[in-house]
Amino acid sequence: MTINAVKREIPDYIEGYGKVRHYQGAFARKPEGAIAGAKLRCFNNDVTDKRVSSIKEAIKASGLKSGMTVSFHHHLRNGDYVVNMVLDACAEMGIKELTLFPTALFGVHKKVIDHIKSGVVTKIMGSVNGPIGQLVSEGGMQVPVVLRSHGGRPRAVMAGDVHIDVAFIAAPTADKYGNICGTLGKSACGSLGYAFTDADYADKVVAVTDNLVDFPASPVSIPQTKADIVVEVPSIGDPAGIVSGTTKVTRDPLRLLISRYASQLIEASPYFKDGISFQTGAGGIPLAVTAFMKEAMLKKGIKGGFGLGGITGYFVELLKEGLVGKLMDVQSFDLDAVRSIGENPNHIEISADWYANPWNCGAAVNMLDVVILGATEVDTDFNANVNTEADGALLHGTGGHQDTAAGAKLTIIAQPLLRGRIPCVTDSVYNVTTPGEVIDAIVTEYGVTINPRRKDLLDAVSGVKDLPLVPMEELAARAKKMSGPTDPVRTTDRIIGVVEWRDGTVIDIVRQLKK
Amino acid sequence: MRRTMLYLPGNNPNMLTKGHLFGSDGVILDLEDAVAMVEKDAARILVSKYLKQGEFGGVEVTVRINGIDTEFWKKDLEAIVPMKRLDGIRAPKVDSAETVKILDEEISRLEDKYGVPQGKLKLFCLLETAKGILNAYEIATASPRIAAIIPGGEDLRADLKTERSMDGTELEWARRFVVFAGRAAGVDPLDTVFSRVTDDEGLRKETQFIKQLGFAGKSIIHPNQIRIIHDVFNPTEAEIAKAQKILAAAKEAAERGQGAVTVDGKMVDTPVVKRAEYVLVRAGLA
Repeated sequence: MTINAVKREIPDYIEGYGKVRHYQGAFARKPEGAIAGAKLRCFNNDVTDKRVSSIKEAIKASGLKSGMTVSFHHHLRNGDYVVNMVLDACAEMGIKELTLFPTALFGVHKKVIDHIKSGVVTKIMGSVNGPIGQLVSEGGMQVPVVLRSHGGRPRAVMAGDVHIDVAFIAAPTADKYGNICGTLGKSACGSLGYAFTDADYADKVVAVTDNLVDFPASPVSIPQTKADIVVEVPSIGDPAGIVSGTTKVTRDPLRLLISRYASQLIEASPYFKDGISFQTGAGGIPLAVTAFMKEAMLKKGIKGGFGLGGITGYFVELLKEGLVGKLMDVQSFDLDAVRSIGENPNHIEISADWYANPWNCGAAVNMLDVVILGATEVDTDFNANVNTEADGALLHGTGGHQDTAAGAKLTIIAQPLLRGRIPCVTDSVYNVTTPGEVIDAIVTEYGVTINPRRKDLLDAVSGVKDLPLVPMEELAARAKKMSGPTDPVRTTDRIIGVVEWRDGTVIDIVRQLKK
Repeated sequence: MRRTMLYLPGNNPNMLTKGHLFGSDGVILDLEDAVAMVEKDAARILVSKYLKQGEFGGVEVTVRINGIDTEFWKKDLEAIVPMKRLDGIRAPKVDSAETVKILDEEISRLEDKYGVPQGKLKLFCLLETAKGILNAYEIATASPRIAAIIPGGEDLRADLKTERSMDGTELEWARRFVVFAGRAAGVDPLDTVFSRVTDDEGLRKETQFIKQLGFAGKSIIHPNQIRIIHDVFNPTEAEIAKAQKILAAAKEAAERGQGAVTVDGKMVDTPVVKRAEYVLVRAGLA
C-alpha cells in the first residue's frame, strides 16, 4: 500500500490491472521512450474496394479473436447501434473474453450487460454509466474497470499501455476505399474527434457506415490510409439519440443563479479580456454561464479567442456573431453544431489527442483560459469526484474533466450545494477524479468559494458587487448542517474500478459495494 | 428599497431555504393562498421555525397571514410575531381602516406579550376589493405601522366582475389610485404580481408602466422575475452620472448661498434635487 499525493491509500499491485504507478501530482510524471504504433499494412492496386458484405464478414476479415481489445467511439451517443451490433455478432461467432475500449458508453449500450454475463466481454476500459456501472459496482465483472480521461485515453494508446486490435468506427458517410466523414448522411454527428486515435493506432480499422458514397468521399475526417475494411449496414444509429434539436438555456432559477455567479467570477478574473478562450460544455449550468458571458462580452466589447470541447448550437451562435474567433470541436452536440462544422472553416474538428492528451507537443486544453465543470461532489481540499455517486456506485465517465482542469488557467466547478438531500461539498470525496491542485473555484447558490492557493483570484473577486464569497469551511459546514449526517458507503475489499489520472498514474480506486 | 418582494409558499421547505438567495429586496413567506386548507397548521409551524432559524441574509422578511375573516389569522400572528427575523406582516383583504385597527391591536398585544419593541412590525396591506381600493388613503394612514399598500390582482378582478386581460386595462385605475393614496400617505405603493412567469418581455413592459405610474416595486412569484424588474427600476449609468452632477451643482450653489442653478442648460430647483437624490438611492449609492 502506498499513500499517494491526494492522500489515498492504494495497493502497489491490483489484480486484473497490474502494477500500480502512484499519482504524485498533476504534472509530476514525464514520459519516456517512443510512441507505440499499429502494425504496418500494405494495400496495392489489387484492392480498390475494401467492402465486405456484413458485420460478421468484417469481424472475420479483421482477424478479431477471443481475448483481443476492440475499440469504439461515442459520437453517436445514445443513438449508437454499432457497439451492440458488433458485440452481438461476436457473441454469435463464439468470440469471448474481449476487452472493450470505448471512448464512452451510454444507456443504449445496456445490452453489454448480457455480453458481460455470457463472457463475451470480460474487461472494460472506459466509462461505465447507468446500469453497466451498477453491475460493475456490485461486483459483476472479474477484473476492474479502468477509467481514463479523454486525454488519458490517447495517451494510454500512444504510450503502449493499451493496444487496440480492432477499431470499429461508426461512419456517418464513407466510400468503398475507407474515406470517412462525420458531417454528412442521415446519421451525421459532426466531429469524429474521439475516433482519430483509434484509426491511427489500431492494428485493424473497420468503418461501419449507413451512407456509402462514390469514391472519394469528401470532406474527409479519417482518410482511406487508416481504414482496412468498410461495411455497409442499414443504419448505424437513431438520429434522435445522436443529436438534440436546439439547445436552450435553462429557466431553473437555482441553476441560473449559480451560472450568474460563475459568470461574474469569470468577468472579475484577469482572463476576461480580448482573446479569452473557454470551454463550457452542454449541461444546464455551463450553457447558462455561456449566455451570461455573452451578455458581459457584448456589454464590455470583448471578443473571445476560441471555444473548445463539446460544441453546441449556442457556441455556433457565438462564432457567427464574432464573439469567438474559432471553435475547436471534439464532439458536436446538436444539429446546429453538425451543420456548422461542415460549413464553417473556423469550426475545426480536433482529435482527442489534440484536445487533451498530456503527452504530445501540446494539447488544446493548455491554451484554455476558463473551463466550467460539474462534479458529483467536491471536498474541503477542492478534490472533485465525477466517477461515483455519493452511494459509491460507479456511474459516470471522467470525460475531459481532468484534462481541462489541468489545462485551463481558471477551473470552476459550478453546481448546487445539495442535490436533493445529498451534499455536494464534503470533508472528503468518496473518490478523487480530479485533484484540488488544478481546481480554482467552486460556485454554488451561496456564492463563490476560491481555492486559497489562488490568492490572486481571491483579490480579484473581493468587493465585486452582488458576488458573495464563501470560505470553504463555511460552505462545507452549511452543507453538513442542511443535509444532516450521511451513512458511510459500505464496501468489500475487492477493487472494481481503477481511476487513472491523465498521465497514467492511479489517483484512486473504487471498491465493490456491500449488498 | 422594495423593488421586488418574492412570495415563497409557506409549506415548501426547499423554497423557504433558498428563496432569499435570488437577490430580491424582500421575501413574503405565504400562509394564505399558496397553502391548501389542510396544510395551514403545518405551514404555520414550518414558517415559524424558519423565522426562528433566521437565515434570510439581508432581505426584508414578511409573512402573508390569512385574512381576518378566517379562523387562522390569530394563530398565524401568535406563531410569527415572537420570531426575531420578521420585519413585517402582509395582510390580505384589507378593505377599511377598521381592518387595520383590528390587526394593529392584535400585533401590539403580541409585541407586548413577547417583548418585541412596540411598532417594530410593519404592515403591508393588500387592497383586494373595490371597497379597499376606494379606502386606500384611509387605510394607508390608519396606523404608523403601515409600510405599503398593494392593489390586488385576481381577487380584485373578481370583485370588479371582470377578467384578466393581456394589458391589465381592468386594473389601470386602481393602480393609479393606489399610487396617489400611497404617496399622499407617505407609504410605498407596491404593485401586484405578474403571473405569466415565462413572458419576460410582458413583465418588462408592465414594470416600465407601473414604474412610470410611480410604484416603488412589485410583488413577484418567480425568482426569474427579479432581474428584469431591477433592470427597469435601477437607474442607468447615464442617469446616475446626471444625478451626481445635479447634486454637486446644488451643493456648490448652497455653499455659495445661491438658490437655483442650471445644469446642462436646465434649471435645478428643489424637486429636481429630490429626484436626483432618489436616483442615487435606487442605485444603492446614497
